Amino acid sequence: MSGNDAVVEGAIRAGVECYFGYPITPQNEIIAGMAARLPGLGRAFLQSESELAAISMVHGAAAAGKRAMTTSSSPGISLMQEGISYIAGTRLPVVIVNVQRGGPGLGNIAAAQGDYFQATRGGGNGDYHVIVLAPDCAQEMLDLTFQAFDLADQYRTPVMILSDGRIGQTMEPVELRDPPAKKRVEKPWALTGAKGRPGHYLCSLLLPVPELAEHNRLLQKTYREIERREPRGEAYQTADAGVVFIGYGTCARIAREATDILRDEGLKAGMFRPITLWPFPNKKLVAALPKAKALVVAEMSTGQLLQDVRLATSDKLPIEFVGYTGGEAPTVKELVAIGRKLLQKPRNGNGRKK
Amino acid sequence: MIATEKKVFARTPVLTPKMTHYCPGCGHGIVHRLVAEAIEHYGLRERMVCVAPVGCSVLAYKYIDVDMSEAAHGRAPAVATGIKRARPELFVMTYQGDGDLAAIGTAEIVHAANRGENISVIFVNNAVYGMTGGQMAPTTLLGQKTKTSPAGRAEKLEGPPIKVSEMLSTLDGPSYIARVTVNKPANIRKAKQAILTAFGRQLDGKGFSLVEVLSPCPTYWRLPPQKAAEAVENWMMKTFPLGVYKDKEAADGKRAEG
Repeated sequence: MSGNDAVVEGAIRAGVECYFGYPITPQNEIIAGMAARLPGLGRAFLQSESELAAISMVHGAAAAGKRAMTTSSSPGISLMQEGISYIAGTRLPVVIVNVQRGGPGLGNIAAAQGDYFQATRGGGNGDYHVIVLAPDCAQEMLDLTFQAFDLADQYRTPVMILSDGRIGQTMEPVELRDPPAKKRVEKPWALTGAKGRPGHYLCSLLLPVPELAEHNRLLQKTYREIERREPRGEAYQTADAGVVFIGYGTCARIAREATDILRDEGLKAGMFRPITLWPFPNKKLVAALPKAKALVVAEMSTGQLLQDVRLATSDKLPIEFVGYTGGEAPTVKELVAIGRKLLQKPRNGNGRKK
Repeated sequence: MIATEKKVFARTPVLTPKMTHYCPGCGHGIVHRLVAEAIEHYGLRERMVCVAPVGCSVLAYKYIDVDMSEAAHGRAPAVATGIKRARPELFVMTYQGDGDLAAIGTAEIVHAANRGENISVIFVNNAVYGMTGGQMAPTTLLGQKTKTSPAGRAEKLEGPPIKVSEMLSTLDGPSYIARVTVNKPANIRKAKQAILTAFGRQLDGKGFSLVEVLSPCPTYWRLPPQKAAEAVENWMMKTFPLGVYKDKEAADGKRAEG
């Protein structure tokens, strides 16, 4: 099945109770899948009048204590930033999937990764983060959807699955497993009708300065806890690697293939892919570079992931940057050529060096 | 002879004992009370959620003791839709001003109404943006001077005021739409009837209901409270006539609210 179809399966198995969305390519299989499946399961599906409305409907359903999600693609996700900021400020658990396409603006419908900064730096107004998960195959579209709902409930935060049109559209085998049995997080804060208690007010509005400051410190405390406990990444063939490719999603797959080809040639290449883009797995990345003399950052954007890699590695290693945009992507051949060049002459001035 | 004390007026228990922040002569306090009385009338307090807007009534949650959710400016009908679809057993209402509902939130209100979403909307129209300091609203009257229409709203520049009740009544979705006002006791009683009817429609599963309440804003109309109350009648109602604009049940000859 396609990665988009896997999101539908994952969400249903994770117990999504309410889905609201607005059509946009290349994620239309998700909204169509939800429309086909949810009503029969007695769960809520509604096509909204816009992405602004979709995220606000998700806001309402999450405030009512239900597992709620929406999905979209880049321009639609931009519209949702308003609601995501409110949801983060209100501390509501929701799941958002961004099947990225080319931008800026209407761009095109080809796979791209240009929304990395938007996703990992908050995206809307104010000082907040959302947890960002990056699947690299249809199976992970399913598995990370499970995790997204659990993380959202656990930390009372929006969680975004940052995919791209290629991962969303590619058909590949998926094991339709169920999420591990877990006790659902209680939601005593939810709006359920104020039976035998004072009314709850769920909001991001805190006019007195000390109250908003205190609230934001609480958010930051949660973010520090997430940074401690949740960074995820995959290191592949890195223990002895002199050159390590770094990419997420589609680029991670290209990098993995390049690594295999170089290993077949006897060259010590490795690959690291962040699975959480926020929190970025800084320590896991550094631990994957014991022998690395150079890094190759590959992305379908023009230097966004690159910044996090430079921060994580304190700019101590030379980095060869491969960035494409507008729907173009790095090729395996190109990464192999770069790897070969670096591994044969790792310190002859290629790439950036301090 | 000493008469036994008879209590003739009391605070509605659904209202909190807090003093409101509203200006003298503002209609919000009265509308809050009518909403609270309607909540009490139907016994809704423990099975409802109200969605608060952005604008002067953004602090309504401090005054009405029910479960409440915030919404981004204009998005209250979408948040209410999310709550209603998630928990259809709850009574769900929004409380919105004219900037919220008739400018930034036009898409949300039109589509909630058109879906016949089973929610109730209290739409307070005072023809001005109060919270931000008296700017032009979508419902600002022609010739009305505001901070952003200092020469008076001109049809050629800004278009005429939007008539929400009339506009939404062209849709087939809504069950009940009425325009009322709270400028004097007789009108307040009629406003309460309209709110009871609107709430009743949702409780009967009949779908979308909206009550537009013309409300004086003495502060930004630059009038003393009494004059502002009179201006609702002499000035505002000429553009926004009171009345029931949509009533699907009356068309079927059913249900009279009391």
